[in-house]
Amino acid sequence: MREIQAQDITETIARLAKEANLRLGEDVLARLRSARVVEPSPVGQEILDQILQNAEIAPQTGLPLCQDCGFAVVYADVGQDVHIVGGDLTTAVNEGIRRGYKEGYLRKSIVNHPFSTRDNTKDNAPCVLHTELVPGDQLKLTVMPKGGGCENMSYLKMLTPSAGRQGVVDFVVDSVERSGGNPCPPIIVGVGIGGTADQAMAIAKRSLLRQVGEPNPDPEVAGLEQELLRKVNATGLGPMALGGVTTALAVHIETYPAHIASMPVAVNLQCHSARWKSATL
Amino acid sequence: MKITAPLTDEAIASLHAGDKVEIWGVIYVGRDAAHKRMIESLDKGEPLPFDPHGQVIYYMGPSPTPPGYVIGSAGPTTSGRMDAYTPRLLEAGLKGMIGKGNRSKEVRAAIVKNRAVYFAATGGVAALISLTVKKSETIAYSELGAEAVLRLEVEGFPVIVVNDIYGGDAYEQGKEKYKVTTGTP
Repeated sequence: MREIQAQDITETIARLAKEANLRLGEDVLARLRSARVVEPSPVGQEILDQILQNAEIAPQTGLPLCQDCGFAVVYADVGQDVHIVGGDLTTAVNEGIRRGYKEGYLRKSIVNHPFSTRDNTKDNAPCVLHTELVPGDQLKLTVMPKGGGCENMSYLKMLTPSAGRQGVVDFVVDSVERSGGNPCPPIIVGVGIGGTADQAMAIAKRSLLRQVGEPNPDPEVAGLEQELLRKVNATGLGPMALGGVTTALAVHIETYPAHIASMPVAVNLQCHSARWKSATL
Repeated sequence: MKITAPLTDEAIASLHAGDKVEIWGVIYVGRDAAHKRMIESLDKGEPLPFDPHGQVIYYMGPSPTPPGYVIGSAGPTTSGRMDAYTPRLLEAGLKGMIGKGNRSKEVRAAIVKNRAVYFAATGGVAALISLTVKKSETIAYSELGAEAVLRLEVEGFPVIVVNDIYGGDAYEQGKEKYKVTTGTP
């Protein structure tokens, strides 16, 4: 049994929230650079140059990568042998988000009463917290600021199993095409196939935590990832939908066993400001 | 290509969909709530927060201003939400808009009819754009907080011309050019 102080959770979450809004991962930057090399569209090249330049300016100035500092999506993988003391996990995490968004001069974009008054909570809390119990005695925390623009371009379809692999392909490509420039391409396409409706959406979003372009370990799924990436990039949307070959940086598919009567397919799009930071306590 | 704001008719006529442009001068920031208020003012015959003739509106809601900076990160928000209000403002003399994403048919027609131009700024390069802002002041609707109307002085704000006075559309043209239609991708 290992004790972890709620206070340490709060401080770690605050730090991760600030860092995630300032520093893109090396994997994202590397993929953007390689996209820039092959992008033939002059406007597309200009946009990719701006994205790479912005990624240098943000950590130098402390100005966040995007003014939309997003909904704070937090993943807590709690080891079964961890005992959290000094407060409860959810409160500690939300306190960390409040602190990080205040200290980091990050935008407060969360409102109460979503269908009526929509009054700002003024501290970017609450976060959306996904907690899992895992083996071991460590606590892994991940903060993913998820922008409203790309999150609005989420899709779920309960396909009939007879729709098959082609049904999945058609739905994912159509989802990207109808989204146009709204999710700020070049995007990472997160796809969840199987489970229940909510499980499909949950694994689609979790897929965005992979290193960009890392294939699914199952070769059959990896093959589908590659095909979808080719087809999505053949739409011609390109960077910021102004034309080009770089509509998506990667497609990440997660699968889960399905009900005999179902084939849920969920699409969660990540904008090019693919932000997340992790730490292990 | 360097363009100064407020825009002259000659400058507007020189712009074509797909042009890369840098904006220098004065632009005004307004988004959803401010647009609703401005249309209400037009309906009541009351003056707008600024004289719209020749002016450029930027659809944007910045992150908080850190100490020592003029403004926080300042990238564009989705223009489509302001479509309902835009034709009235174009009729009132507004000449330019900066945002991201395509506009409705009605807005595109109003752009051609009123000889105005719509520019796209790149989403998510908000720190880069922030540094082009040299001065920022709240000029109206301060009670709206983050949705107040701002007057900005900008130098070298990079944008792409999306809709020009000739009916051009950079989103349509771009996709047409790079879409793969032959063979199996």
